[in-house]
Amino acid sequence: MSKPFLEVRNLVKRFGGLAATNNCSLEVMRGETHALIGPNGAGKTTLISQLQGQIRPDEGHIFLDGQDITETSMERRALSGMARSFQISSVFPKFTAIANAALAVQARKGDSFRFLGAAWLDRAMMDEAREAIELVGLGDRAEVLAQDLSHGERRQLELAMVLAMRPSLLLLDEPMAGMGKQDSARMTRLLADLKKNYTILLVEHDMNAVFALADRVSVLVAGRTIATGSPADIRANDDVKAAYLGHRQH
Amino acid sequence: MADLSLINPDRQSRLLASAQRFVPALVLVVALVGILAYAQSAGDTFLIRVFTRIMIFGIVAVALNFVLGFGGMVSLMHASFIGVGGYVVAILAYHDANLEPLMIGPFAFTGTSDLAILLPLAIVVTVPFAALTGLISLRTSGTYFIMITLAFNQMAYYFFVALQAYGGEDGLQIINPITFGGLDLSQRSTFYLFTLSVLALTLVLVTLLVDSKFGIVLRAAAQNERRLSAIGIAPLRYKLLAFVISGTLTGMAGALLATGQQFISPADMSWSRSGELVVMVVMGGLGSVSGPLVGAAVYLGLELILESWTEYWHLAFGLLIVAMVTLLRGGIADLGTLVPWLGRNVSGGKN
Ligand SMILES: Nc1ncnc2c1ncn2[C@@H]1O[C@H](COP(=O)(O)OP(=O)(O)O)[C@@H](O)[C@H]1O
Ligand SMILES: [Mg+2]
Repeated sequence: MSKPFLEVRNLVKRFGGLAATNNCSLEVMRGETHALIGPNGAGKTTLISQLQGQIRPDEGHIFLDGQDITETSMERRALSGMARSFQISSVFPKFTAIANAALAVQARKGDSFRFLGAAWLDRAMMDEAREAIELVGLGDRAEVLAQDLSHGERRQLELAMVLAMRPSLLLLDEPMAGMGKQDSARMTRLLADLKKNYTILLVEHDMNAVFALADRVSVLVAGRTIATGSPADIRANDDVKAAYLGHRQH
Repeated sequence: MADLSLINPDRQSRLLASAQRFVPALVLVVALVGILAYAQSAGDTFLIRVFTRIMIFGIVAVALNFVLGFGGMVSLMHASFIGVGGYVVAILAYHDANLEPLMIGPFAFTGTSDLAILLPLAIVVTVPFAALTGLISLRTSGTYFIMITLAFNQMAYYFFVALQAYGGEDGLQIINPITFGGLDLSQRSTFYLFTLSVLALTLVLVTLLVDSKFGIVLRAAAQNERRLSAIGIAPLRYKLLAFVISGTLTGMAGALLATGQQFISPADMSWSRSGELVVMVVMGGLGSVSGPLVGAAVYLGLELILESWTEYWHLAFGLLIVAMVTLLRGGIADLGTLVPWLGRNVSGGKN
């Protein structure tokens, strides 16, 4: 069997007495869409934050493409292809949508120590930004300040920024959180499209979306993965039913 | 970046948008030339002195706003940069007048009264000072940043108070006329034009910087550092460089202040002066490049007028500032929305 693209080994993160990540292990293969589900407070966001580097684990290791990145900075991880979208939209509110995406392009190109020419005169950068904005369906909202976008549109913008990074691994933390039915169906279609070209770790509560998109599913409960398998396996797994799916259905 | 249209990015409109950014600065510079012409024809040297001072503080306000309005760093140590730049001029001019070299360790420096040497020297001294204090201050953020910059301001203040050889608390007089190469800057109108040139260069520089890739990163850092890191840019280096640029421009303004007053003292770099600078910037408008220059003019103008009307001018002044800041949320630059060619907001803070 081939080596995993992302590997989490015995990760532990404690907040005071609480182990939000409790000896967690996880493998994501190259090209797969791997869903991470689990009840509220299970530690999904905390795990994503450690993968991205925003939080340092207390114990354990993270490997990306065979390299130990446990101690690598967020910025280095981002430049090596790891792109995260936040559960609570995190954008640059005073920039337009396209400027948000353009900055992600600029970051990737690493030419931010330029002092005289206006950034928006860089045609190649703006074209790439526009492409990302159009891909997520924000084409006609490109010139609107991010702070004036609707909640759903800000979720789309998050994704546009992620794509503008040309990532090799997408860490998506509840991309449909707080979206209406229509918006989340649209986001699901978009992700279905993206999954052909990207490796994705997807945290999501919407079970329809998860079972439609995921190649494999891992279930996180109390900071630990209790099961990993195909969507059908997970649906049939009694532990999972007891720990998680049960809650949500009643 | 926000309000310059990218909808229609053909070459001509991009160049036009590029040029339009300089309109407010150009209008202000032309107005300042006009004021000089008027003052000279009316023989009003007081007016020349007042506006020279306004321009010097305008440079400081524009420089401070680069880190404050665009970079989100509320520095309460900018008066100390004024002091450092001012003392470079005053100390070397003092040695020039005394014909005694300045001894630093085994090195002897002859004094000079030439700004062509003194301005670069002010830069050479301010850069490491700003870099060191910035590096330490930027380890913190928010209220802690404000407090630590305030502490640095006080340290610099007491350093010069303790410097008895150069007047201590009483400050240091500049006796020789200051020149710039062959220009005699003790000529009021010459010094006015010289200061105006430095101001114009500052406005052009900051206008370019805030829309450059560097400036975009700086403005992004002020909005959301976590997101900036997540896309692969570590904010610290950018904030530090902006702080050094701002501190250095302020140090140069300090050199001009000492030249204009023929004097510098610790009072020019007190922490309350740092606070006044922040007020000028906020009054002028955090979102625009040249707004703070107008803020400095209004602040210093009001101070002058109220001072002559009533001895309770501090109270009246305070009330006026509160009224202004609450009524004009975006500062005086907001007035410009009534006069589009004046207040065009280049920063993109609002639409
Ligand atoms: N910074 C923090 N400090 C203390 N406790 C935290 C912190 N972040 C998360 N937690 C706790 O860790 C647990 C896991 O949270 P989180 O990762 O957000 O869960 P999920 O994303 O699965 O809903 C929760 O009990 C939460 O309260
Ligand atoms: Mg979460």
